[in-house]
Amino acid sequence: MENLLEIDNLTFSRSGRIIYDDISLRIVKGKTTAIMGPSGIGKTTMLRLMGGQLKPDSGDIRFKGESIQSMSRNRLFTVRRQMSMLFQSGALFTDMTVYDNIAFPLREHTKLSEAEIKTLVLLKLQAVGLRGAADLMPAELSGGMARRAALARAIALDPELIMYDEPFAGQDPISMGVLVKLIKALNDALQLTSVVVTHDVTEVLTIADYIYILAEKKVIGSGTPEQIKQSDSPLVQQFLKGHADGPVPFHYPADELELTFLGAK
Amino acid sequence: MSSRKVEIMVGLFVVLTIAAGLLIALKAVNQGMSSGTDTYTLYAKFDNIGGLKARSAVKVGGVTVGRVDSINLDSDGYTPVVALKISQQYNKFPETSSVSILTSGLLGEQYVGFQPGFSIDGIADLAEGDYISDTKSALVLEDLIGQFLFSKND
Amino acid sequence: MQWLANIGRSAIDTVGSFGRAFLMLMGAIIAKPQLIKNTPLTIKQIYVVGVQSLLIIVVSGLFIGMVMALQGYTILVGYGAEGSLGPMVALSLLRELGPVVTALLFAGRAGSALTAEIGLMKATEQLSSLEMMAVDPLRRVVAPRLWAGIISMPMLAIIFSAVGILGGHIVGVDWLGVDAGSYWSIMQSSVDWNKDVVNGIIKTVVFAFVITWIAIFKGYDAIPTSEGISKATTETVVFSSLAVLGLDFILTALMFGIE
Repeated sequence: MENLLEIDNLTFSRSGRIIYDDISLRIVKGKTTAIMGPSGIGKTTMLRLMGGQLKPDSGDIRFKGESIQSMSRNRLFTVRRQMSMLFQSGALFTDMTVYDNIAFPLREHTKLSEAEIKTLVLLKLQAVGLRGAADLMPAELSGGMARRAALARAIALDPELIMYDEPFAGQDPISMGVLVKLIKALNDALQLTSVVVTHDVTEVLTIADYIYILAEKKVIGSGTPEQIKQSDSPLVQQFLKGHADGPVPFHYPADELELTFLGAK
Repeated sequence: MSSRKVEIMVGLFVVLTIAAGLLIALKAVNQGMSSGTDTYTLYAKFDNIGGLKARSAVKVGGVTVGRVDSINLDSDGYTPVVALKISQQYNKFPETSSVSILTSGLLGEQYVGFQPGFSIDGIADLAEGDYISDTKSALVLEDLIGQFLFSKND
Repeated sequence: MQWLANIGRSAIDTVGSFGRAFLMLMGAIIAKPQLIKNTPLTIKQIYVVGVQSLLIIVVSGLFIGMVMALQGYTILVGYGAEGSLGPMVALSLLRELGPVVTALLFAGRAGSALTAEIGLMKATEQLSSLEMMAVDPLRRVVAPRLWAGIISMPMLAIIFSAVGILGGHIVGVDWLGVDAGSYWSIMQSSVDWNKDVVNGIIKTVVFAFVITWIAIFKGYDAIPTSEGISKATTETVVFSSLAVLGLDFILTALMFGIE
């Protein structure tokens, strides 16, 4: 199996706080890899590191064997045309219609005629079921529709790698089902490599080929969905079952309760 | 917002700016003289220039023919030397012409009044760099009042 | 020692933000010029920052011209010099009020909008998503707005001065009875193209550059939260107004002070 993206011994800290400590990941070409973990551990940061928007303190991130953090800006921009990212908010350009949003990467990076662009855009919109919404402004879309429109934009240039940042967060069950189906269908149809960052356990178990679970700056578990379900790690089990307290503590680190209230310090 | 409408509005904006620029250029700004048109320079020495300033007008019978270019003090006699830039259009003033410093109205700005002299054979025209010998200084109000008082005492 | 450390920290922060602002400017100006792609974007931004500021500029210009004529008349008529109303209105507008008032209005109307827009684009990940689409936000977002500001504001200032002169005419000539001929002709004899008009335009270009730069940088550098954006918007108006007034003094001293 060929690795599209390899992360070796990555350490990253922000404003003095260590977020990742010596992490290694493999993203296999043509597969869907999920990165899961509790909120606030910097899953989005991982995607930004992969896209070269942030630079690691140490370690190496390679896309097709080429180290991302040592690329020149121009080279990085060339490489980024092969990846795309679906942001949590959708990040549609609010001053353009849905149609222009999806045409945007095509107009920027290709020399296609407007007629060819129109065909492509309508095809992509058809794929996400929003052909009828082409002339709406992003503000007129519901959250789920905005995310689907953003997905259409993300696949406009037929990238090799798509990174999904919390694609299911804050969606109603129907939109969530639609998105799950879409991501699966797109991967199968376009042979994409996907990285999904999420904390929605059930959805991910249905679409992911391989799962990494991050917590406490480390990879605490990895494997296929079956392996993960049978993991005997208490951390992994707490995360899958959603127990309030456990190895991942309910309380943010603080002084002992007695000390705080009785002032015996 | 269709891009067509945007383009039309920006076009209107540009037209409006040009119109405003033309209004300023044609109605508010003095024509010629400041730059571009050909001029020649004459000099005149005065005893006292009063409130004359650079860029004050030079007028012949009320018609502006030039402007004061600069005012300096002659290093020999410590008298003010005024350089006058006159439009090349009026280049036939005889040497016998005279200049005086006048005031428009009681408290108005001061300007150089230019009286062309008579021209008969043997009298050359004023040319670039010439000095006008016949000059009358500005009337200084304090001096006038002083003279008036002294003449009363007599 | 704490106060010394505070001074040091704020000095370091200030130098740091100047550095970032400079880098952003360089990135936007040097970003390989793609004229064909960028011209429509710039035109659209001229519409947003220029055309949409037109109303406030025209109305303010008219009123300021009218007020100046009214005030000037009451002073000048005491000396019997109401004929000098024209040059007084024209010179104040072309040299000072046109550039400065336009700049202050522009900072409030267009500058704050630019900061808020770019700050929100940052907060809603639109800038990040441009980067991930391999489109340089400096070229796509910052450069058109920068040029649009630098082009629009001098245009607005010219319109402001012209409307102000007309406003002075309405009050001075039509209401107060100053002779129309002397309003224009004395104005013509005292206003100089190079000294007054061109210098005024140079001022507005400098102001336009500074305001747009501050506005865009404040948005680009804003902390992407609602609080951060509102702070950045306020700072845009405050900093650019102060910068305009300070620069105005320096430029005036350089242009008119030496005689």
